Amino acid sequence: MRLNVNGRDYLVNDVDGSTPLLWVLRDHLGLRGTKYGCGIAQCGACTVHLNGEPVRSCTLPVSAAVGKQVTTIEGLAGPDGTLHVLQKAWIEHDVSQCGYCQAGQLMSAAALLKSKPRPTDADIDAAMAGNLCRCGTYLRIRKAIHAAARELNEETTS
Amino acid sequence: MSEVAAPVAATDAYVREILDAAIAQARRARLDRRTFFKVAGLAGAGLVLAFHVGERNVAYAKDGAGAFAPNAFLRISPDGTILIYSKAPEIGQGIKTALPLIVAEELDADWSHVRVEQAPIDPAIYGRQSAGGSRSIPTAWDQLRKAGASARAMLVAAAAKEWNVDTSECRTANSVVYHDASNRKLTYAELASKAAALPVPDEKTLKLKERKDYKLLGTRVSGVDNHAIVTGQAVFGIDHVVPNMRYAVFEKCPAVGGKVAEANLDEIRRMPGVVDAFIVAGTGQAHEVRAGVAIIASSTWAALTAKRALKVKWDESDASKDSWSKAVAQARELAKQEGAEILKTAGDYDRALASGKVVEAFYSYPFVAHAPMEPQNCTAWFHDGGIELWAPTQTPEAGLNAVARVLGLPPEKVTVHQLRAGGGFGRRLINDFMCEAAVIAKQAGVPIKLVWTREDDMRHDFYRVGGFHSFKGVVDASGKLIAWGDHFITFTADGKNPTSGGGLSPDEFPAQLVPNVRVTQTKLPLKVPTGPWRAPGSCALAFAIQSFIHECAVAANRDHLEFLLEILGEPRWLQPGNEFALNTGRAATVIKLAAEKAGWGKPLPKGRGLGLAFHFSHAGHFAEVAEVSVDANKKLRVHKVTVAGDIGPIINLSGAENQVEGSVIDGFSTAMGLELDIENGRVAQTNFDRYPLLRIAHAPEVEVHFIQSDFPPTGVGEPALPPVAPAICNAIYNAIGHRVRTLPLTREGFTLA
Repeated sequence: MRLNVNGRDYLVNDVDGSTPLLWVLRDHLGLRGTKYGCGIAQCGACTVHLNGEPVRSCTLPVSAAVGKQVTTIEGLAGPDGTLHVLQKAWIEHDVSQCGYCQAGQLMSAAALLKSKPRPTDADIDAAMAGNLCRCGTYLRIRKAIHAAARELNEETTS
Repeated sequence: MSEVAAPVAATDAYVREILDAAIAQARRARLDRRTFFKVAGLAGAGLVLAFHVGERNVAYAKDGAGAFAPNAFLRISPDGTILIYSKAPEIGQGIKTALPLIVAEELDADWSHVRVEQAPIDPAIYGRQSAGGSRSIPTAWDQLRKAGASARAMLVAAAAKEWNVDTSECRTANSVVYHDASNRKLTYAELASKAAALPVPDEKTLKLKERKDYKLLGTRVSGVDNHAIVTGQAVFGIDHVVPNMRYAVFEKCPAVGGKVAEANLDEIRRMPGVVDAFIVAGTGQAHEVRAGVAIIASSTWAALTAKRALKVKWDESDASKDSWSKAVAQARELAKQEGAEILKTAGDYDRALASGKVVEAFYSYPFVAHAPMEPQNCTAWFHDGGIELWAPTQTPEAGLNAVARVLGLPPEKVTVHQLRAGGGFGRRLINDFMCEAAVIAKQAGVPIKLVWTREDDMRHDFYRVGGFHSFKGVVDASGKLIAWGDHFITFTADGKNPTSGGGLSPDEFPAQLVPNVRVTQTKLPLKVPTGPWRAPGSCALAFAIQSFIHECAVAANRDHLEFLLEILGEPRWLQPGNEFALNTGRAATVIKLAAEKAGWGKPLPKGRGLGLAFHFSHAGHFAEVAEVSVDANKKLRVHKVTVAGDIGPIINLSGAENQVEGSVIDGFSTAMGLELDIENGRVAQTNFDRYPLLRIAHAPEVEVHFIQSDFPPTGVGEPALPPVAPAICNAIYNAIGHRVRTLPLTREGFTLA
């Protein structure tokens, strides 16, 4: 089957269509930035974008991604390596502790900013509700999202 | 810079080269037993200093006792890069950033020039390699400072020689040596090779900076791996791949001690993608290899699918039948009397009981899981008569030895590569996942990556043990706490000692400060394995003890703050010089600071309250005030937790604040809704749908205040956690008059607002 991931076409052989997208990304395409945490769409560590919408790749059959655009953490920065405004904010606010959940957090946050460029705290609560952080970096995640939104809005207005 | 960007294997080779040169140097110089060595023999290496970090008594050199064993390196390259090899595992505590900061401060380095590399695992050279007990900072502090200062002195000497001036006329800043009188300067890059030609200064001549002169320490520095993390490039244990690797899963009995009676192996072997399936007998030790069925497959999903189709009949004749509900009922009965085992007595406890108001209460807290976001995993490859492992462990050295023991190999036939760990919290101090991977890889004959499912991780943890306290406190007519009684009901695995994490020190607060004391203990039998969980012991004890002290203050009709300070008494260090002994002065200072910053005593609307708690652990003094509101339906909102801590000087303020914020959220999360129902030796909560870690909407604001004292620094991964639960519970009491004596809060009918 053919998959489009981060703007690149992949031909994937010997994979059953019911295989969760997560394992195809990790084992077959070598894109291991997307993480396994629970396997039941409870923790959000496996969050990727499907046509720009956040999905939990641990429960999404790969067949559902055929003909659509998949974006993973490896594709969040620009092709030239320019970091997404959220990635910059994550570094600036020293968000991570262990870092394991952060790919999923960033993908959820990126989808949020696309739909709501000026998110309120309530918007953040709703959009990020599916992403667990066992280290407890939630306060910094919130600050970083607000900071990224501010920068994004300054960029678009200037 | 090429070494910095090189893959792990190449880095290992480079570190090995430095190591060999350092060992050769150490051998030559063993008679004068210096602490720092200049490593010669590396062409174009610039200035390389070798030194030793950690407890000296566990370090030994490959060529026998008595020789100096370097285990850390500082290299200033001719291109100006300052490379530091870190021996401690990174598990999210930020050690990979903190350790080099200490060197950079004394070196007067430009922080942007610093790179840090994970050092290889070799107990013969490195001694203890572990991340635990908040000990990495205190054991590295002096040596890292001196390493930076030594290198700085050599760079200054090189510049002074170049300019033909006295070293006292030179100053350093941001990787540059200046001679202000002649307006000249030389960069560390320009000086590195020249400095390498000079002798290493006598340690006694080094003048370390005073805290007021710090430029980097105590500031907020973003983690060195942050760029890799946010771009998905950081390699965690689960991300490592080896050519021709297969994927392994391992099904074990849900009750510890169960063995495989039979399994549908033939059916499993016929499944798509399955390479092999076999029974592993295990070693009979939960911390090594439990019995189970291993499945080897061509992909993770093929392995997981086969695992779901696996049907195992377990022989549970020796398996755990432990029951939490039965233990609770037993403890409630036992709590009516004192325990047979006496842990501490002081004064005349019986007489004190008759000379004041007696307060009595029974407290309990449950078993909880570590649940790091990255489930246990390990990649292993048995080849050439030895085994190579890639593991996200907290104790690589212990893991290496455990694997050697289990496979019957000499330790030198075992190679461990340390990988970043997706959270530890104490779970990865125990290396059962490494032992399993080793045994499975040996039988499989191909490199395998063993991955545990979340369910495996929850079922086969070394849990934070539950426990019970039957307290008696006596307050006299003046409202002073004059007696303290605690019948502590815990568990034992061996019939002798409390199970791991289930001990109570006779010197636990406030028993060492109250005149009349009787602390007794009863131990219930337990087969379920337990282990260290973030701030072991303290993480549970503080809830019971600090809540009951508040009960006593209420019974005495006293202000909690004043009552707590009175218990502490005059400022004194209970065992001067022992960092693990309570210092009542430091304790009082953080308690007063937390209370002041939180607005202790301020008027609050109905249903809103402030709660205070203090705990001393891991050489850190922490006081916290929680502000909560609770409605008529017991809907709880923790608005804010104000934290005051004294852990000595702060290394990385951002990292330290992050640890405290995380500790508050972890502490609240655990107190709010986490518990394991254990029946027939099995835990009922096997995934996050039934183990509700706190989510972002409920994370309270956290305000952190550090006393930057001149006491030796300690780590901050743990000591901020214990006061969280009692501060919240005391705040609930102050808000609505309900005393929480059982955790989690959901057990007492509370839900998140």
